[in-house]
Amino acid sequence: MALAARRHHRRAPVVVLAMALLLTGSLYAALSASPAGAADRMGTDAVAAGEKLFQANCATCHGMGATGTADAPSLVGVGAAAVDFQVGTGRMPMAASGPQAPAKPVQMDAEQIAQLAAYVASLGDGPAIPSAEQVDPSRGDPATGMAVFRTNCAMCHNAVGAGGALSGGVSAPNLWNTSPTHLYEAMITGPGQMPVFNDINITPQEKRDVIAFIDQQGGTQPGGLDLGSLGPVSEGLWAWVLGLGLLIGAAVWIGARSS
Amino acid sequence: MTSIEKHQSPVHTGTGEGLPERFDDPGLPPHEPRRGDLDPAADKTSERIVLALFGLSTLGTIGFLVAYFALPTGQDAATIQRSNMALGLALACALLGIGAAAIHWAKSIMNNHERVEDRHSVASSPEVREAAVANLVAGAQDSGISRRGLLKSALVGSLALFPLTIVVPLVGEVGENWDVASFKRTLWRKGLRLTTDPSGRPIKAADVTVGSIWHVIPEGLEEAPHPLDEKAKAVVIVMRLDQADLVEAPERRDWSHEGIVAYSKICTHVGCPVALYEKDSHHLLCPCHQSTFDVADGCRVVFGPAKRPLPQLPITVDDEGYLVAQSDFTEPIGPSFWDRLR
Repeated sequence: MALAARRHHRRAPVVVLAMALLLTGSLYAALSASPAGAADRMGTDAVAAGEKLFQANCATCHGMGATGTADAPSLVGVGAAAVDFQVGTGRMPMAASGPQAPAKPVQMDAEQIAQLAAYVASLGDGPAIPSAEQVDPSRGDPATGMAVFRTNCAMCHNAVGAGGALSGGVSAPNLWNTSPTHLYEAMITGPGQMPVFNDINITPQEKRDVIAFIDQQGGTQPGGLDLGSLGPVSEGLWAWVLGLGLLIGAAVWIGARSS
Repeated sequence: MTSIEKHQSPVHTGTGEGLPERFDDPGLPPHEPRRGDLDPAADKTSERIVLALFGLSTLGTIGFLVAYFALPTGQDAATIQRSNMALGLALACALLGIGAAAIHWAKSIMNNHERVEDRHSVASSPEVREAAVANLVAGAQDSGISRRGLLKSALVGSLALFPLTIVVPLVGEVGENWDVASFKRTLWRKGLRLTTDPSGRPIKAADVTVGSIWHVIPEGLEEAPHPLDEKAKAVVIVMRLDQADLVEAPERRDWSHEGIVAYSKICTHVGCPVALYEKDSHHLLCPCHQSTFDVADGCRVVFGPAKRPLPQLPITVDDEGYLVAQSDFTEPIGPSFWDRLR
């Protein structure tokens, strides 16, 4: 009979229980050796190297245990994505404290950023760095991305992502040269005054659609100069100062006596 | 008659400080010959400049034709930009060259004698005016307008009625809906779920994390008879603040849910969508005129031309944990109108 072939030995449950106990024990031993589960993926070496980097470059403001000081927030739970964004775009370490950390030439190489990210991720659970597939513009739909962008992002970053002014010395940056990974990380971590857009507010697919939309902005303008794509301010300045100035100049020339 | 001949010295009749009461027309300054009038070489130079400007125009036209044939536009923005720039610059040279040449020709080569032409008097001669009045009177007598009262009434009536053909469509096109009360209510009602704009997913309170902003439309907006009109009034922004940061009026304590607050997105100044949110300062900015609202303090106006705080939507959660409205807004949203001046 077919059943007979699969009949269990009467001691089988005991064996299974023993094996389960053994597995749980060894897993516990493996996990308790490292400070936190999240760090395991990165490797403890990276975390240790990241901690050294942190103490040398970041601890002055963020505190020795990254728990924050009066000058800078706690980094417990901000996740690897926040580190990859802030350090990967050169915003951190900051050159001087101010209302906003401006993007500047990146201060660390990719390996150092990964080590720092591993260290900060080991402090508490937070958003991870997205995969290349998650941020691939060719997998997003720019039309949906435009609808999502215009509802959630355009008021600060301008309808085509050219950036804009906010209050108190803060501004929303231009997005045209921001890498897809950094765009994604900014949405899930909310750097500076930017709100957080978690995966339920804007789904991962919608985030990729937004990236696809941004990917198409800021290129060559068919009409000629885009004047920064900033809308009525730069266009008005151009029309009123240059255009009207030329017209007044021409009128004066026509009316002046010839010498 | 020229004004040069009418030269008079100013009449000093004024009082005090030796200033005249009024200045007389000083007339034209004396005629000065140009360099080209005296020096044939300068005249020749002017001619060459005009020639060069016409030459520039010719080159512009040739350049335009060359650009038209040599720089075809493809499907990409780069070739369209290249073609537009080349055609535009060549066209500018072609037209500006002709215009500048004509003006320079007139100014430096044609004679520059000043001439004055006095205006003739505006009124017609007395004979012409008398004849016109006589014609009118004769016409009126011939029509018998003073005797035929019915015709007169018909004429006045038809003239008075005609403007209706302009006024009625004009007023009719302003809007089909003359119900002013519709300004005072939105689609929100008790128990209606808050959903994401534009995808329409209902929002669980637990998913709204501190520091996030959600752009919200009422559930079932698309089924409304005029979804866009309704959306223009019902759009809401939802933010979650640390409850320690939140200052709430006593009567609005139960309008929020664990630090989650919902406010109208329509600015109380002139109705732009207020949505620039700074998560650390809790400031909401309007992109049009920089009105700034403090979300932590009942969306009080802290800067800008808006007069009223943004209206708050009372919210709570339903049995499944989704955010729902407690009612409609308790005041009209958006800018002032004649029923709501303050």
